[in-house]
Amino acid sequence: MADEVSKFVQGDLKLVNLTKQFGDFTAVDDLTLTIPRGSFFALLGPSGCGKTTTLRMIAGLEEPTSGSISIGDKNITDLKSYSRPVNTVFQNYALFPHLSIFENVAFGLRRRGIKDVNETVMKALELVELGHLKDRKPAQLSGGQQQRIAVARAIVNRPAVLLLDEPLGALDLKLRRQMQIELKWIQTEVGITFIHVTHDQEEAMTMADTIAVMNNGKIEQLGSPSELYENPKTIFVANFLGQSNFLQGTVESEANGETTIVAHGIKFTMPTARNNASTSSVKIGVRPEKFRIHDVGSELPGNLLAGGVVTDISFVGVSTQYMVEMPWKQEIMVFEQNDGGAPNIKKGDPVSLTWEPRFTFALDGE
Amino acid sequence: MESNLKTLQKEQTPSLLKNIKLDFTPYLLLIPGLLWLFTFFILPILNLATTSTKTRSASYETGSFDQTWRFLNYVDAFVENQDQFYRSFIYALIATLLALAISYPLAYAIAFRSGAMKNILLIMVIAPFFTSFLLRTLAWKQILGSQGPVVTVLQNLHIMKVGDTITATSFSVIMGLTYNFLPFMTLPIYASLERIDPKLIEASGDLFANGLNTFRKVTLPLSMPGVVAGTLLTFIPASGDYINASILGNPNTKMIGNVIDSRFFRVVDYPTAAALSFILMAIILIIVSVYIRKTGTDELV
Repeated sequence: MADEVSKFVQGDLKLVNLTKQFGDFTAVDDLTLTIPRGSFFALLGPSGCGKTTTLRMIAGLEEPTSGSISIGDKNITDLKSYSRPVNTVFQNYALFPHLSIFENVAFGLRRRGIKDVNETVMKALELVELGHLKDRKPAQLSGGQQQRIAVARAIVNRPAVLLLDEPLGALDLKLRRQMQIELKWIQTEVGITFIHVTHDQEEAMTMADTIAVMNNGKIEQLGSPSELYENPKTIFVANFLGQSNFLQGTVESEANGETTIVAHGIKFTMPTARNNASTSSVKIGVRPEKFRIHDVGSELPGNLLAGGVVTDISFVGVSTQYMVEMPWKQEIMVFEQNDGGAPNIKKGDPVSLTWEPRFTFALDGE
Repeated sequence: MESNLKTLQKEQTPSLLKNIKLDFTPYLLLIPGLLWLFTFFILPILNLATTSTKTRSASYETGSFDQTWRFLNYVDAFVENQDQFYRSFIYALIATLLALAISYPLAYAIAFRSGAMKNILLIMVIAPFFTSFLLRTLAWKQILGSQGPVVTVLQNLHIMKVGDTITATSFSVIMGLTYNFLPFMTLPIYASLERIDPKLIEASGDLFANGLNTFRKVTLPLSMPGVVAGTLLTFIPASGDYINASILGNPNTKMIGNVIDSRFFRVVDYPTAAALSFILMAIILIIVSVYIRKTGTDELV
């Protein structure tokens, strides 16, 4: 039964007006989303934003309050989890402790009544490079190895969609980096749609083609990692992916694709296309690494913030982080690469900040 | 090389001493327990063992026996009471299977389906322990007795003939055993079901196993330690029990426990009673070790 479904259902995953309520609490709020077949998609957001609930609804572990889920032309909303062509890599792997590694990986195939599983299972184990551990029990494996078995156990079934629920959360930093690359490689290799739920923005940006940033059960913004980072559409996204500095201002004029904004009595320019505000009151945003820090008098052309004083300097290896206080008592965060390009600045020095207009983005102000 | 060895030795000597010192502490801590075990287990067992090979003294005075190392006591005791041995193990086996059949669904419901009722249900399983085992068995005699509600109802419905009884049958003995040892079956099964990570059940569903297959391939195997513990905790005391057979049974439902009881306290034939106790112990040990080996759960526990 399960086999019929999983064999023939392929295509884009579509969520339409998907809603999940737990009592009075709306975990997922009218979510509509299409995830193209074969893509590596990340659902990113803080805990409690509804990303895991969304994943569990796709897996069939949670019933939606309303809305529908379909893969290709097949509506799977009412299918039980065991008859969906979807497999999950669980957060703590959930490997069966009483079964050998081989039997863990063979579990899904056997339930679908496939008799000769040996070759398929060994292929999946080879893909995660753990064929030699097939007779062990899960408890005898390290965290990283268990993680790979969990991936093998899911992809061996060739699902239409593979769900990954914070799969790297339990691993240490170094192993996590390595697994990020491996998962990306496996995804390219098998071509299955991967949906990856995480609260780690770096992890999402490293692996995914497309990221949906979720907050309060809704998608804040959807796009490629660079799109989200360079041109965030909401304050939440601007602060959740990396850090941002904001200046409250007003749009003064728009001409030739260029917008002029006045903030704290200073004129700034930016491309009109990057103005995401709907009102003339705007917040202009600049990422800390887009600033250049200068001794007073040696500024580069571009937008200029003059009259700052350095209040704090911290050295973070590849870069140095400066806190610069503006005359209106706002602290601006600045990252400078430690490549010898930045002037020798000490705490308490007066400085100017410049940045190129094309790096500015503008959001709705107060 | 030599100097290396010397430094090694130097380093090792104090650490060895330290190890010995460390190794003593656990043994010291064990002494009270070992003393207890020696006084209340080893000594009585030795006493029982020596008694089992005695014979009645020439004077034929009641309770007076001479040590004659007569190991034939064992053969005599077994041959004479074969029926009671068989009956004990058959009753215990049936009671264990019945208790398992009742307990597993009960424990499953408490562990997975009870919600807020969980603690209340658990207390209901444990509550019988608050009254005496003997009293509860006597209560069943009342309930099932010829004046009791069960018989009256069944007779009025013409399911039972007037004059037939439920008490004083092997049915009531087995029922009593099942009832009395039910919590010993339910609690270990509940404990092992409760320990199962719900994520494993979800993972099984995610991997195309429907409810029945998930139960067969995941829930049941993972609850086997509880099933094995529960069956042992039921079977072992049930096979040595004599209260149920003496209160709810008749002379033809005597179990080996009843024989030992009467040999000790009524016939005053200590050697036979002791020999029977050892035979019972040996048979149980053999059954249990074969059972544990067959179920192969030591890996799981």
